[in-house]
Amino acid sequence: MSKPTNSGANTRELIAFRVGRQEFCINVMAVREIRGWTAATALPRSPRYVRGVINLRGAVVPIVEFAVRLGLPSNEPSARNVIIVVQIGHQQIGLLVDAVSDILTANDANIQPTPDVSSDLVKTFVKGLLPVDGRMISLISLDHVLPQGEQEAA
Amino acid sequence: MSTIVLTVDDSRAMRDMLRHSLLAAGFRVLQAEDGLHGLEVLETERPDVIVTDINMPRMDGFGFIEAVRRDETRRSMPVLVLTTEVDAEKKNRARAAGATGWIVKPFDPIKLVEAIRRVAA
Amino acid sequence: MDPMAAIRETFFQECEEQLAALEAGLILMESGAAEAETVNAVFRAVHSIKGGAGIFALDALVRFAHVFETALDQVRSGTLATTQAVLNLLLRAADALADLVRAARENGTVDEARTAALVVEFTQISTHGHEQPPTPAPAPPAASPAWHISFTPAASLYAKANETALLLRELRRLGPIEATLDSSRLPELSELDPEGAYLTWNITLAADCTELAIRNVFEFVEDDCQLTITSATPPEPGLKPGDVITGDNGFSFEFFPPPVFDEEEAVPPPPVEPEHHEPPATPLARQNPVETMAAKAESAAAVSATIRVDLDRVDRMIDLVGELVINEAMLSQRVLEAGIARASGVAMALEELEHLTREIQDSVMAIRAQPVRSVFQRMPRLVREVAAQTGKQARLVTEGEGTEVDKTVIERIADPLTHMIRNAIDHGLESPEKRIAAGKPAEGLVRLTALHRSGRIVLEVSDDGAGINRARVKEKAIANGLIAPDAALTDDEIDNLIFLPGFSTASTVSDISGRGVGMDVVRQSVVALGGRISISSRPGQGSTFTLSLPLTLAVLDGMVISARGHTLIIPLGAIVETLKPKAADVFPLDGEINLIHLRGGYVPMVDIAASLGYCDELIEPNQSVALLVEGESGMRAVLLADAIHGQRQVVIKSLEANYRAIPGIAASTVMGDGSVALILDVDAVVKTTRSELNRSESSLLEAR
Repeated sequence: MSKPTNSGANTRELIAFRVGRQEFCINVMAVREIRGWTAATALPRSPRYVRGVINLRGAVVPIVEFAVRLGLPSNEPSARNVIIVVQIGHQQIGLLVDAVSDILTANDANIQPTPDVSSDLVKTFVKGLLPVDGRMISLISLDHVLPQGEQEAA
Repeated sequence: MSTIVLTVDDSRAMRDMLRHSLLAAGFRVLQAEDGLHGLEVLETERPDVIVTDINMPRMDGFGFIEAVRRDETRRSMPVLVLTTEVDAEKKNRARAAGATGWIVKPFDPIKLVEAIRRVAA
Repeated sequence: MDPMAAIRETFFQECEEQLAALEAGLILMESGAAEAETVNAVFRAVHSIKGGAGIFALDALVRFAHVFETALDQVRSGTLATTQAVLNLLLRAADALADLVRAARENGTVDEARTAALVVEFTQISTHGHEQPPTPAPAPPAASPAWHISFTPAASLYAKANETALLLRELRRLGPIEATLDSSRLPELSELDPEGAYLTWNITLAADCTELAIRNVFEFVEDDCQLTITSATPPEPGLKPGDVITGDNGFSFEFFPPPVFDEEEAVPPPPVEPEHHEPPATPLARQNPVETMAAKAESAAAVSATIRVDLDRVDRMIDLVGELVINEAMLSQRVLEAGIARASGVAMALEELEHLTREIQDSVMAIRAQPVRSVFQRMPRLVREVAAQTGKQARLVTEGEGTEVDKTVIERIADPLTHMIRNAIDHGLESPEKRIAAGKPAEGLVRLTALHRSGRIVLEVSDDGAGINRARVKEKAIANGLIAPDAALTDDEIDNLIFLPGFSTASTVSDISGRGVGMDVVRQSVVALGGRISISSRPGQGSTFTLSLPLTLAVLDGMVISARGHTLIIPLGAIVETLKPKAADVFPLDGEINLIHLRGGYVPMVDIAASLGYCDELIEPNQSVALLVEGESGMRAVLLADAIHGQRQVVIKSLEANYRAIPGIAASTVMGDGSVALILDVDAVVKTTRSELNRSESSLLEAR
């Protein structure tokens, strides 16, 4: 019944991307579109990782610089950068990443738990680790990518 | 062949209600929003029973029944009046116009179905 | 969804429509402009609500609607004259009916005493004209112990294997019968068709049964015979034989004798001629069937010229057209950049495209446009209520109900209008005594007008009251510290002081205009919609509120500016004027805020880029362009920018859809080059000059 390379439940397709020297992946179901970098309009009073907003066929979509979101250094984006437009709930946001690297098929058994590290960012975003051909790809949860409730906290 | 009932009522809620009850009773249901619309429907459809309201815009129930009866081929088509009117004068008008029966709302689906079965050929 | 719940919802939606039609009709009747059809429509509205309420066993609603309907039926038939008192009662009953509907919808309660009082009033007026009790009397038991039955089988009866003898036997079960055979139509034997039918049975049945019970006997042969059943004793007035199926809830089903058609009429379809018809019970309604039919058919054509469309589809179309406009602008820009001559074929085709695109945009926006009627229809009730509460007499006249505005605006004009009308009655109109003393009619006039003017909708609420007491307004403004005691103000400026926050002219805080809502709040909500409100007043003759709003909230007229490399849009409605500041007019208040000296006053200056946190360094005022703006609350400020690029209509795009609200930014839009520009929230920016809170909050957020 199922594809021969996959066994077990919860088989899913993942899209992998690079940010600096790290590799991450997200469920392909959440991805709406992958597009090249276009200049974003800066938003005042927003966290640094929000690079601004772009026009995506009439919708105004915020762009999150994924590296900065994870606490990595910011890089001035160029035409080589890629925006992965993802759907989170009712909202669409663009993730600014270096490049899309792979499309993977994985199931629960392939995913290893994240080691217990103290980094809050890792705890917030990394749901598990996926070893592929000697690479380590972090499976990312998108739920907390955008600032939530921070306005109230401020 | 299941019985085909044409319901003529300007109230959407009433039409929906009639459709719901009549479908549940196994009838087929045609709908019209007022008398004129009812006549339009009759041009292409031949229901077994008509259930019509009296107070409707454009063409009321009396006018509708008269128009139905004016066509010879529809003289035997049972037409039930479904109304909240209890006025004897109105009832007589409906009778004069050629109504087969007079059903006073409040709406009782079981009794309505019974009445339709009674007059349906 | 549960089908019953869906039907119930439909019913309540229809009720709202019916209530609106009811009120509109009653007001037409009040104005004397009603036609026969108006009265019919009013009757039908109440009738429909009653009918639907019956389905859902909304007993209170049914009972009241019935009483109401009975009175309207008397009006319709002319037995109840529509005096002012009667119309007043009908209008109040319409309000009560609306309350009952809403209570039923929300499972709420109503003022039962009020409803009961109205019922009593109805009983009183209807007994003048009619002796009928307001509630239907239960059908009295059949009084006739005997029935005459005339039964003429058709040939088809025999053809379907029915037998007269069996039917007579069935009848005998109901009671003793006496049957005589009428063979007068029996032809000569030589002419007799062996399969024909020529006999009529005349039967007398002595039974205390209903007509339907008899009819049941003939149930299966109904179409194959002529059957007349008459009560042998004359029926009592109002009582007709045949009520048989009854339900506990008042349901009844009466079976009529089949219609009898004259032979000569039956063969060729008769021309529609009045003499062929039975004399109608009410001649008025059917005197000219052909003509009314034609008229009805005509109105039918008019009705079917509209369609209902799901709003989502229209909104999707508006989005797409918005994109089309942007794409067209981008294309034009690229073509110009490519150095193609303006007179070339390409440029001319582009111009044509631009023209078409704008036209499509206008047409699509027009789809969403709705007449203000739906909002205007709520106002007569408000006027009645406020007049009753303040002891004043007021009449509302509306004009321009058909004026159309975008749906987004319609939804938001009701509140400001409500306040303006309350204010007009509460503060504008004098008491009847004072009016009479001033030589005016006791009843005050409130006029509500809608019209289109220079691409905006203008709503005016005027009254013929006393006008604004300028001396008192000024006094109060000085007392509240709103103006300097020696301020020299024009009459107009004094009138408009009432929009200042914290201003209230009523010496007693009344129940009506009070509630802590003053004209300043009205003004604030109007400005938030990109609108303007003003008042003009003539002592002794009344006041006029003028409210002007954009026709849509989907697009906005804005000024494109740049501030430290950022393109921003400032809503045109907020801009008072643009100026070029002179260094000599600028005075530092503290390290952060400069004031500019403007026509004798000092207005704070706001560096737009700095206030949004785009940079820390303040722009040199004399290096900048300045825009004098006014916030929602009437506070003014001068905004500093690098350059002004001109006016433009922009399509509003919410930031919340995919992100969240940002303090200082109202929304965003897409520019001709496809980039996003932010629309400044002028009010919020103006307020930053008054509060340091925003500043610290923004720096906190930036630190993240």
